[in-house]
Amino acid sequence: MRHHVILRVVAKLSIPFIFLFALYVQFHGDFGPGGGFQAGVIFGAAFILYALIFGLDNALKVAPINVVIFFIAAGLLLFAGVGVAALLYGGKFLDYGVLASDFVAGQHLGILLVELGVGITVAAVMIAVFFTFADRGR
Amino acid sequence: MIAAHYPALQIALPLIAAPLCVLLRRGTWAWLVTVAVSWTALYVSVQLLLQVLASGPISYELGGWAAPWGIEYRVDSVNAFVLLIVSGISAISAPYAYKSVIHEIPEHQHYLFYSAYLLCLTGLLGIVITGDAFNVFVFLEISSLSSYVLISLGKDRKAVTAAYQYLVMGTIGATFFLIGVGLIYAMTGTLNMADIANRIDQVQNTRTVLAAFAFITVGLGLKLALFPLHLWLPNAYAYAPSVVTVFLAATATKVAIYTMLRFVFTLFGTDFALDVTLLAEFLMALALVGVFAASITAIFQNNIKRMLAYSSVAQVGYMMLGVSFFSVTGLTGGIVHLFNHAMMKGALFMALGAIFFRVGSVHIDRIRGLGKQMPFTMFAFVIGGLSLIGIPLTVGFISKWYLILAALERGWWPIAGLVLLSSLLAIVYVWRVVEVAYFRDPPTNHPKVTEAPLSLLVPTWILVLANIYFGVDTTLTVGVADTAAKVLLGLGQ
Repeated sequence: MRHHVILRVVAKLSIPFIFLFALYVQFHGDFGPGGGFQAGVIFGAAFILYALIFGLDNALKVAPINVVIFFIAAGLLLFAGVGVAALLYGGKFLDYGVLASDFVAGQHLGILLVELGVGITVAAVMIAVFFTFADRGR
Repeated sequence: MIAAHYPALQIALPLIAAPLCVLLRRGTWAWLVTVAVSWTALYVSVQLLLQVLASGPISYELGGWAAPWGIEYRVDSVNAFVLLIVSGISAISAPYAYKSVIHEIPEHQHYLFYSAYLLCLTGLLGIVITGDAFNVFVFLEISSLSSYVLISLGKDRKAVTAAYQYLVMGTIGATFFLIGVGLIYAMTGTLNMADIANRIDQVQNTRTVLAAFAFITVGLGLKLALFPLHLWLPNAYAYAPSVVTVFLAATATKVAIYTMLRFVFTLFGTDFALDVTLLAEFLMALALVGVFAASITAIFQNNIKRMLAYSSVAQVGYMMLGVSFFSVTGLTGGIVHLFNHAMMKGALFMALGAIFFRVGSVHIDRIRGLGKQMPFTMFAFVIGGLSLIGIPLTVGFISKWYLILAALERGWWPIAGLVLLSSLLAIVYVWRVVEVAYFRDPPTNHPKVTEAPLSLLVPTWILVLANIYFGVDTTLTVGVADTAAKVLLGLGQ
């Protein structure tokens, strides 16, 4: 891809905005369309675009496969951890209402953290799937 | 205080442990987590069963959202019993896994193996405990996807093909199930099982509900390997790693049968099911044909693991036969056979795993003379085999006793005769193995083998002794199965 100047420049320009959009979809998900899954896919897509244009080796420098696997597990753990935290605060499993002083704030905090967990795992899984296939036969 | 949260903990613990195994990255640590969680899950399910038997069904509102809107976990005597089977088998096979996994799976995949194992456990327990029809599908996918991974880790390259075959069939089954649930939702406007059961009466004469029923029974028929939808099963069991075969053979099909029972009896209701033209007769015919066809195929298998896999298809036939009587005795027989078959197949596959550990093959030619070289393992196999045949004082006898009683209760003598006749087929395939192991000389061109290590033998023998114990003292198994059958038929708590 070294010779495709247009592709490289456009990719470099757009990747930061893709990340930004992913974060918008992530954190605005509880007010508008969006949420963890969609944000995770967009976030992962930025990495995949980078790997397509600049090669798998460069992408692996940014996100080594072990780090990606770590985030797959960490996201799920965050999700389940919120559930357990609700238990410890005296509510039912995944009852976000007890996480803050008043019910609505607790619900807000809970769904935000849970969706963040979903986003992290989905982004990491997207990247891992791409890396696994791109790495075959090398 | 914590006792009130047992239904959530039953699922949450293995679910949290699975990513934890990935973070630990060490096979041994992941194994320790798996053992600890499996035993805790067993403790929780015993507590749940005791609570249910003492004070009736337990309902747990996940996330604090009230029942018809939120997801409800609902434990009654039917699923408390199945939870006990799944977590019990996991608690026994987790310690067994250590050496078997080191032997069969490359070291860098160990922590991922345990992670997938725990996810599979989560899924199976989740299917059983949930009171929400869509939630069943979610857990069904969790358990299925992780079991495809587990099967594909087998040493033989054919394991990947077997897993792929299972993936295709399993996905079709799950999709059919989901279509069925979707149609029910369209007709009743609810996904909560208890709520569906209340509302389905008003719409039960519609073609949509009938179609939903068809989709769900066929979809679950695929998952539980009901003849002739069993084609994925023999290869999946034969080529999976030993401990995976033990775990899946003893739990996965049982859970699918439980789901079938739950949907047919609780959601649609016995009356609806009996109204469906020829359903009972059709299930009975399939069950009996399955018993015979699979048993006869088992006789001609040279790979013993594959032989037992075909035998599993036959055993599923017995369970469905019990169900198809639509009577308390028949259902008791079917449900008690869920438990008993988990015991016998668990013991048999564990003995086979021990043989594979020492010999490196489960081909019938390679087990010549093992009766002398691995006496404890082979004797465990013999008792498991006797149980499979249904000799008195083993659990297999109890199951067949109730099936025959159920047949006689209706005056269907030929069915009782067929059950007895099919046991003779089991004698044939079990005897083939016993004869080769005890009455042939060991092969001279292979190195001598010694008895399997204790960490494999002890779990095997725990299950073997359970085969005998529950064959003599049936208060727990038949007692709970009888209560469960009455709950399903709407005759009691």
